[in-house]
Amino acid sequence: MIKENPLPKKIKRQNSSLILENVSISYQQNLAVRNVFLKIPKKRVTALIGPSGCGKSTVLRSINRMNDLIVGCSLKGRVLFEGTDIYSPKIDPVEVRRRIGMVFQQPNPFPKSIYENIAFGAKINGFNGDMDFLVEESLRKAAVWEECKDKLNESGYSLSGGQQQRLCIARTIAVKPDVILMDEPCSALDPISTLKIEETIHELKKNFTIIIVTHNMQQALRVSDYTAFFNAEKDEDNMGGKVGYLVEFNLTKEIFNSPVQALTKDYVTGKFG
Amino acid sequence: MKDRVQLLHTAKQLNYKTFSRKNILEKLQTAIAFCLLIISIIPITFILVYVLIKGGTQLSIDIITQLPEPPGDDLLSAGGIGNSIIGTIIVTTIASVISVPIGIGGGIYLAEYSSGGLFSRFIRFGTNVLAGVPSIIAGVFIYGIIVSTKLIYGSNYSALAGSLALSILMLPTIIKTTDEGLKLVSDDLRRGALGIGASKFITITRITLPAAFSTIATGILLSVARAAGETAPLIFTALFSFYWPQGNEILLEPIASLSVLIYNFALEPYEAQNELAWAASFILVMMLLALNIIARRIGKLTMDNKSN
Ligand SMILES: Nc1ncnc2c1ncn2[C@@H]1O[C@H](COP(=O)(O)OP(=O)(O)OP(=O)(O)O)[C@@H](O)[C@H]1O
Ligand SMILES: [Mg+2]
Repeated sequence: MIKENPLPKKIKRQNSSLILENVSISYQQNLAVRNVFLKIPKKRVTALIGPSGCGKSTVLRSINRMNDLIVGCSLKGRVLFEGTDIYSPKIDPVEVRRRIGMVFQQPNPFPKSIYENIAFGAKINGFNGDMDFLVEESLRKAAVWEECKDKLNESGYSLSGGQQQRLCIARTIAVKPDVILMDEPCSALDPISTLKIEETIHELKKNFTIIIVTHNMQQALRVSDYTAFFNAEKDEDNMGGKVGYLVEFNLTKEIFNSPVQALTKDYVTGKFG
Repeated sequence: MKDRVQLLHTAKQLNYKTFSRKNILEKLQTAIAFCLLIISIIPITFILVYVLIKGGTQLSIDIITQLPEPPGDDLLSAGGIGNSIIGTIIVTTIASVISVPIGIGGGIYLAEYSSGGLFSRFIRFGTNVLAGVPSIIAGVFIYGIIVSTKLIYGSNYSALAGSLALSILMLPTIIKTTDEGLKLVSDDLRRGALGIGASKFITITRITLPAAFSTIATGILLSVARAAGETAPLIFTALFSFYWPQGNEILLEPIASLSVLIYNFALEPYEAQNELAWAASFILVMMLLALNIIARRIGKLTMDNKSN
């Protein structure tokens, strides 16, 4: 019944920014996701989709070691970033997070001015170039410069939710990471802000590798080049709890038009999830 | 037609019925709560007004700037409270210098570093117990280990001993408000900082602590206000002095304070000394009031920043 390995052959090792090799993640004793193999291509947008609880956020957080903050969360397997295993003991997780930035579901600007929100990350990472230029450049790239340029000294909270989210994207861009992780960045936003952020993502793809978790199938179709579909199944070894696994990974248009797995087809056509 | 009747009927049901059981009970409850409130604020108002009248009428430049005179020396005048005002300021300042960094550090540990294990639960419990310890115990404790043993450069009663006793009283409040202030800061903010490559230390010092600033500052000011008004711990430690604090050993000598002056002079059989005690009460109440008002201002200030 299970068909062969769903990894697309087209992504070469040297073209991939991140490689997940047999990654399994547990919270305390409970296995949450098992045996994930993924090659995330450079300077492309990869979407993670799947029903609630299948472990998308868990996998995403494992990529920049955000799971370290959760007590009892452990990972088996390897996560290679540019060929380096980021879970090897000599790796500094702070440095990993600088190279692999993260944008969260809820906009979370710092309680500082708009300018400071951008400058903060750059400053703590030892940036000593032209700060004004960096702030403008980052805000422009995140498509929020027009709304911000006249109130750089006002609090980040003075922006609307959608603008705040783009401010958070700008703040992430300002530290010049290689990869940007986004966990449902539009779920708290209205359709217009959502479209703006999607445009932003299109822009960002030129310079950054982007991984985005989304519940919105249309959004995955609009913004992503590749899509990974996860599902959760009952696991007898795990006290009957659900365990997430990767069902299929391919070019987005393949996933939506001619999925290999029947499950994927059911999901993208809205039969379950 | 039938619909209309129905509508009128529902409209009637929505009218306010003054004498329904529910509404009478409601009014009764409001009235009782109001009465209890009045009863509870009567003593406070009474004390404040009494101190303001008794003390405020005594006030003069001389009283604020002069030294007190020992009871019985001069039956008409008891001098002033100048050195007591300065003494109170010195002792509470030193107490803050000691307890604020330690307290904030402890609060940071509890809120940000501890994982909620046995140790941190013990510390939290201990802090709560310490917060409820009568202030005289802090005085006796410092008397026992510092004053009576002449531990610090051979001096016994000293400003420093007084400050230490007060800092013991301030510490639990500062630890608690820091701990609770930090816990109120949303985890989203911490993740945001960590997500752009901030270390834990930077996240705490640059993001979390500033976000909790108003809560912590308010807590500190209130604990300073409490310490400034304490008498019992100072009687055993800082004692009292009829002179200006001066020289380079200020902290190693006994020092005057408003609260101890009140304690000493209010009980004297001389009218002049009693009146001076009232003047000192007035000044002390004013100082505490000012601290409380500043604390409220700070609390408001940052609240406004966040909402707009
Ligand atoms: N902090 C945590 N502690 C313990 N278990 C967790 C934690 N976070 C997630 N889990 C468990 O891991 C599994 C996967 O959760 P995860 O949040 O990764 O799912 P998700 O695919 O992101 O779901 P959603 O679409 O609802 O966001 C769930 O069964 C969840 O209960
Ligand atoms: Mg999620």
